[in-house]
Amino acid sequence: MSATVEHADSSAGFLAHHFDDRAQQRQAAVIGMWAFLATEVLFFGGLFAGYSVYRFLYPEAWVEGSKHLDHVLGTINTAVLLTSSFTVVLAVRAVKRGEKDHLVRYLLTTIALASLFVVVKTYEYWVKFSHGTVPGAGFELHDLYDPSVSLNQVELFYGFYFVMTGLHAFHMVVGIVIFAVYTRLAQLGRYDENYHTPIEMIGLYWHLVDLIWVFLFPLLYLIDR
Amino acid sequence: MIDVARKERNYVDADYSVWSWFLTTDHKRVAILYLISITVFFMLGGAAAVLFRLELMTPQPDFVIPETYNKLFTLHGILMVFFYLIPSIPAVLGNFLLPLMIGAKDVAFPKLNLASWYVYMVGGVLTVAAIVFGGVDTGWTFYTPYSSTYGNSAVLLAGLGVFVVGFSSILTGINFLATIHTMRAPGLTWFRLPLFVWAHYATSLIIILGTPVVSITVLLVAVERLFGVGIFDPTLGGDPLLFQHLFWFYSHPAVYIMILPSMGVISEIIACFARKKVFGYHFIAFSSLAIALLGFLVWGHHMYVSGQSMYAGFVFSFLTMLVGVPSAIKVFNWTATLYKGQVSWTTPMMYALGFIGLFTIGGLTGLFLATLGIDVHVHDTYFVVAHFHYIMVGGASMGYLGGLHFWWPKMTGKMYPETWGRFSAIVVFVGFNLTFFPQFLLGYMGMPRRYHMYPEEFQVLNVMSTAGASIMGVGYLLPLGYLLWSLWYGKNATSNPWDARGLEWTIESPPTPHNFHEKPVVTTEVYDYDPEQPLPPPSERVVSPAESETETVQ
Amino acid sequence: MLGEFRLWPRAASTVAEKVDTLYLFEVAVTVFFTILICALVIGMGVIYRKGSRAARANPPTSKWLEAIWATVPLVLVMVMFAWGAAVFYEIKTVPDGAMKIDVVGKQWMWKLQHANGKREINELHVPVGRPVVLRMISDDVIHDFYVPAFRVKQDVVPGRYSQLWFEATEPGTYHLFCAEYCGTEHAQMIGKVVVMEERAFAEWLSGTSSDDPPAVAGEKLFERMRCGTCHKQGPGGRGPSLVGIAGKPVPLKGGGSVLADANYIRESIVRPQARIVAGYQPLMPAYPQLTTEELNQLVAYIESLGAPGDGDAGRSDTGPSTPVEDATPPDENEAPSTEGENE
Repeated sequence: MSATVEHADSSAGFLAHHFDDRAQQRQAAVIGMWAFLATEVLFFGGLFAGYSVYRFLYPEAWVEGSKHLDHVLGTINTAVLLTSSFTVVLAVRAVKRGEKDHLVRYLLTTIALASLFVVVKTYEYWVKFSHGTVPGAGFELHDLYDPSVSLNQVELFYGFYFVMTGLHAFHMVVGIVIFAVYTRLAQLGRYDENYHTPIEMIGLYWHLVDLIWVFLFPLLYLIDR
Repeated sequence: MIDVARKERNYVDADYSVWSWFLTTDHKRVAILYLISITVFFMLGGAAAVLFRLELMTPQPDFVIPETYNKLFTLHGILMVFFYLIPSIPAVLGNFLLPLMIGAKDVAFPKLNLASWYVYMVGGVLTVAAIVFGGVDTGWTFYTPYSSTYGNSAVLLAGLGVFVVGFSSILTGINFLATIHTMRAPGLTWFRLPLFVWAHYATSLIIILGTPVVSITVLLVAVERLFGVGIFDPTLGGDPLLFQHLFWFYSHPAVYIMILPSMGVISEIIACFARKKVFGYHFIAFSSLAIALLGFLVWGHHMYVSGQSMYAGFVFSFLTMLVGVPSAIKVFNWTATLYKGQVSWTTPMMYALGFIGLFTIGGLTGLFLATLGIDVHVHDTYFVVAHFHYIMVGGASMGYLGGLHFWWPKMTGKMYPETWGRFSAIVVFVGFNLTFFPQFLLGYMGMPRRYHMYPEEFQVLNVMSTAGASIMGVGYLLPLGYLLWSLWYGKNATSNPWDARGLEWTIESPPTPHNFHEKPVVTTEVYDYDPEQPLPPPSERVVSPAESETETVQ
Repeated sequence: MLGEFRLWPRAASTVAEKVDTLYLFEVAVTVFFTILICALVIGMGVIYRKGSRAARANPPTSKWLEAIWATVPLVLVMVMFAWGAAVFYEIKTVPDGAMKIDVVGKQWMWKLQHANGKREINELHVPVGRPVVLRMISDDVIHDFYVPAFRVKQDVVPGRYSQLWFEATEPGTYHLFCAEYCGTEHAQMIGKVVVMEERAFAEWLSGTSSDDPPAVAGEKLFERMRCGTCHKQGPGGRGPSLVGIAGKPVPLKGGGSVLADANYIRESIVRPQARIVAGYQPLMPAYPQLTTEELNQLVAYIESLGAPGDGDAGRSDTGPSTPVEDATPPDENEAPSTEGENE
């Protein structure tokens, strides 16, 4: 029976079978989401810990590596991402007021901004790949600012750069996919002033992704600038 | 109301199709899926243990070659830790019982719950394939730089498996946390929660905060292997000790993921079969949280001789010692619960009392390892092996088996054969002690772990240990046999065969898909047992839902 | 001797007895509480068995019971902590004038070299009654040097030195194990520690050895690689003078200072740019082609460059009976013995 009773999605009122009321359903979602965000913070926390250890050990290499990143593109991306966080807030506000058209519009704007971020990021990666500035055999870095720096250590910096920004970009892509699904559902009129928990939850997620970038940007792009 | 209950089919009979199992979102069915898969992984891990114990009968390498030996203990360690001990109680008993105990129809996120099982299976298949076909030989600890530079390249796949299975734990932890917070029945205040629920709450916190760190650590090892980034490789400027810090930051709390749920099970069993409220209920509840929090501050006690600073050793030793206090409080409280109770020596109770004894030894020997001066000598010897098996097998596994027997009637609607149950509990207890007690002596004598051959003077104790392992193996096979037997031939269980308290005993055995026909309202305190009233004989133990302590909303 | 059945390890170092005493104390605590708990569980399980006539009225609920059984364990574990820390401090603090031996761990053997150049593989000869300090480094993965009879062990890590000291008290032959899993033949990375009387040891040590002492070999290497071109014995070189730096704090470029211990000296050869000495340019190339042993020799040579003037005397003639004075700058990860006075 449980297999046949699909929870949440299709029936009117959007109350899953195992919840007593919407308030309880919403509260469960909020607590679950915050727990998930705690997990995410610790997930990146391990990386930040490793980053800090090596930045402390090899400050020159970190400065050198950082100077080779395009801080203009990084700044643009930061602005793009912060704006997208703002449009998500607007989307949540819209759905709480029951303004469906606004909701869809803001969600689409968010998707556009997020995609722009990913495109810029991809371009940055492409530049690094084409210059061979990728960890692994044949790591290259030209035009050193500090010729005495050890390439091994800069490679380590780029190891952290790619893992951290790569994981962050992965979170962006996942977010874009979810936004796309929710936009479609919003067009179908799934969300209104009574039921908008998913929009709020993806909003929380998006703010966290944004927040992580706000830490990544200075830590990677702005050392010694 | 009872008539209504009798008419609705239970969760097993509700639908017989295969897909009704593989696509189920019923927490009880997910628990059964986990039960089956965990049993398979446990048997695999156990078989590996039998093989390397056979090798250790003689000092020379004569039964398996060194490579095989190393793969066997790696297989044993990884499967037992990540695929048996960590998920066993939360994913099987926790999934099944948590919603029942708090009067909910399901966990908060049923689809995530099913997803966690699939994630678990994917991780399990990847890992087993990596170890069996790829031959991973790093041990379950994946220490760098051996794992990242020197070990077999299948490490990558095994690491991926462990990475994946971590997310199954995280999904379960998030689910439990949200469920306990938001879905308790009216009247079920925090201090009316069974200690089983408290233990799972503490466990969920550890899972949520600890698992991601090991996931990222394993991911970094994979990145290092794939791209040659020297994060942990000293020749490229990396630091192999950083791996140990990150690994133990999770893996020490993981020990508490394994033992805390078991402590919750023990509290339930002891209260029921002593017919008394658990002594010091609040102290046990809060000591679970204390252990969970302290658990995050003690990882460095695995690294006293790794080259970390002496002063770090002092700090970690001090903090580790503090964990001993809440653990001791629990043991004393369980023991005190027996005082002026009505003790029935049933199978679950024998497992629970065995747990107290073995956990006492396991816990106290943990203090030896926390003591800096002693750990230098016994670190990485069989003393450590013996200690953590007293906690993991003597503690976590005994709790799991005790809980499985205790709630077997509820889960399956059948009674297990009591005589066989008691017999196997004794066999496990005897076999366990014979296996692992000699290892304390071996460890203090200086026999290092992970040796496939050893000096001759260690042979007598190793033979004892192998003999014990074979007895323990039988002790584990017995329940597998008679529990399966009971599914077909066991007596039907009543809704409350132990005359126990708690919402899970107010509904049918096995429960219907939505557990409660009407929303339960709790008006009584937790563990509302009367020590003056002995447990009635089985024939008189028919307690229908209507007679239970819990009133229902009309 | 080795091989005979026993239930208690032999104790053959100055710390062994102290570890054993502490161990026995904790065994006593364990036995006491295990018997107490088991007796209570079984006793009450029988006395209060189902249907027995024992009185069950007014079960206790007192809070002071909880207080007692929180306090007693707390006091006990604090005793264990303090006692254990004291023993640990002794295990970690190298006494002055300890005899120095180089150890290289590699899959799967131990390579040892005495200060006079004599080499051993999987065997270590030491005199009785004299502190010995091992400076250890790994060639590949993490190993662990473990002598059960001495009750000491220490991980041997690639890329950095760790050290272990002991003073044997009983002549005899003892097990040497690798205690950190290091791959296929981990269990064969074993050997013997032979503790000899002082005179026998001196005789053994002066036996034929074709190897130069590490410091002398280091000096030759130093000359062959023309390190002296930049590292002149005096001011004015492109690199800092290396005379008399060992064990002293060195000011760093960009502020701060570092103790020029073996780890720093080694790092400065392997990764010269990591921590530059104040007032110098980061010009030195890295020397990845140097083997672990060659690095050990260079470090030994630089350490042997005492005060200016007697710099290149080295410690080539350092016999076993003249322990190298203060030649063991404490590992940066271990407590320097002087800091111990703060305890």
